[in-house]
Amino acid sequence: MTDFLILGSIAMAATPLVFAALGELVTERAGVLNLGVEGMMLMGAVCGFIAVASGAHWIVGAAAGALAGACLASLFAALVLGFAANQVASGLALTIFGTGLSALIGSNYVGTPVDKIPAVLWGLDPMVFAALAMSAAIALWLYRTRQGLILRAVGENAEAAHAHGHTVLKVRLLAIMFGGAMSGLGGAYLSLAYTPLWAEGMTAGRGWIALALVVFGAWRPGRVLIGAYLFGSVGVLQLHAQSSGLLAIPSEILSMLPYIATIAVLALLTTRQQQSRAPAALGQAFHRLR
Amino acid sequence: MLRIEPRPTPSRRMTLAAPLLALALTVATGATLFSALGHDPGAALYHFFVGPISDRYGLAEMGVKAAPLILIALGLSLGFRAGIWNIGAEGQLIFGAICGGGVALALYPYDGAWVLPLMLVAGVAGGMVWAALPALLRTWRNTSEILTSLMMVYIAALVLRLLMNDLLRDPDGFSFPESRLLTNGALLPIILSETRLHLGAAFAIAAALLVWILTRHTLIGFQIKVAGLAPNAARYAGFDHNRLIWLTFMISGGLAGLAGVGEVAGPIGQLVPVVSPGYGFTAIIVAFLGRLHPVGIVLAALVIALSYLGGENAQINAGLPLAVTGVFQGLLLFFLLACDVLIQYRIRWRRAP
Repeated sequence: MTDFLILGSIAMAATPLVFAALGELVTERAGVLNLGVEGMMLMGAVCGFIAVASGAHWIVGAAAGALAGACLASLFAALVLGFAANQVASGLALTIFGTGLSALIGSNYVGTPVDKIPAVLWGLDPMVFAALAMSAAIALWLYRTRQGLILRAVGENAEAAHAHGHTVLKVRLLAIMFGGAMSGLGGAYLSLAYTPLWAEGMTAGRGWIALALVVFGAWRPGRVLIGAYLFGSVGVLQLHAQSSGLLAIPSEILSMLPYIATIAVLALLTTRQQQSRAPAALGQAFHRLR
Repeated sequence: MLRIEPRPTPSRRMTLAAPLLALALTVATGATLFSALGHDPGAALYHFFVGPISDRYGLAEMGVKAAPLILIALGLSLGFRAGIWNIGAEGQLIFGAICGGGVALALYPYDGAWVLPLMLVAGVAGGMVWAALPALLRTWRNTSEILTSLMMVYIAALVLRLLMNDLLRDPDGFSFPESRLLTNGALLPIILSETRLHLGAAFAIAAALLVWILTRHTLIGFQIKVAGLAPNAARYAGFDHNRLIWLTFMISGGLAGLAGVGEVAGPIGQLVPVVSPGYGFTAIIVAFLGRLHPVGIVLAALVIALSYLGGENAQINAGLPLAVTGVFQGLLLFFLLACDVLIQYRIRWRRAP
């Protein structure tokens, strides 16, 4: 029974990462690097939380989180697609802005309690299963549909895709918006099911870990899903070690584990071969007249 | 319809006009935001941008906040010019603060003339150590320096918290997670009487001068420029990219560490669990707003320092939440990146066909 509980808590710790990393995967597969995941997750977390704290059903809360993430992502899209701005700088701007704006609009909701998303099966809530279903759906869509093929083509060689008559900017816009919605959903899961509370900066670097997971998973949905669950188990291990008090390790050192694990995993896995799997046009701006 | 088309050469005028345009747009958006929050926009803007610097003390405070921003942004600008993204300056600042403050606490209550120089060296070294891992992994394993340097920020913050709860906590304190107050000899001298403006501001100006010489008059500066503008040309010319990565990370890490020890030995005067209101991240905005140029960075740091002061002042006098500062800073970077399009492209009005 305890083993089962641990498995459940791993799934809950992994779910926000699954949503955010899958969204970023689709964005990056279209050739756009969005470093604003952390900011979009925070906006999703605060907007979802405010919706539920104001009496809405949790499904409305989750939708509000996704919408908030997509709205923030549309700002990023305007910069990198409309104004051909540098993607790295624009993504950083998105994170700084999202962190500030979420703290601003959430300042009256710190400490407010909400009802957790109710469990449906094995003590787990529907969002856990939704995240699993999403990863399967995204894998199918990317590799088994014409639209998925076009998205990948845009990410590999935007000029060639354009020459084939595909609208590169439209594909990228949709991919960025989808990535934002998924990040927002991941953030909303944190504030509505995982904690369930709102606190400033509550994502605590999960957006950045999601970015690392996309690299770790070599831009493939299945491997990203596995990576998210591995990271979920690192987090749960840390919480259990902390609460059991068996180990005489200060809690700060245990809290470092996910960050150290991220660095270790990136260092071990980002060989040249792994990196050759990155979408070829990742990070490059596209302008019709060039 | 409006459309953008590439300019034959980048516009120099727009390079300078874009930050001013972005500032104007940010202020206009801020006024709208304030009225949306139910405040009188005129009064709120006054409290934000004029109130804090209406006396000598306020102007000095602007220098106190600008000094760390200048130091960090100067270092970051070198990397950003070469397409090397150290975004973990906040962690390097924190570790510099730990090392510099740690030296002072280890020597306590000794108060000699060489305590402060030793602290500064330790702070710079601490920042470099914290920047070394991302640089090592980037050059050795080709790991994204963006992600590793950022993860190091969270680790540094936890190291500081750990030390505050344990090793470096004031033994005479009432279990507050803070160190003892530093002795007078361990504090940076005040350079403007009756204010908090300390020697760190002079370091910042000196660093700006050195970085200007480095970028303008040395081969390294030229290599950094080429690596950013034309990576292939840099490769054909045989420039050692790994050396540039190490160099930019060591300079930016060292300067961030100096900024960190400057906070501990300056306005704070002791080690506390939070030594910076996010200077390491805000310096990214400063670097871009200052066009990655030393003079621009000094001016941009003053503007951003004002936004910190304005946020505090508006919280006290107009009851605005402190988070407004972060929103302003994020907005400013957004508008700046959007305005930068005018450097490479021009906007033409065309009738739809």
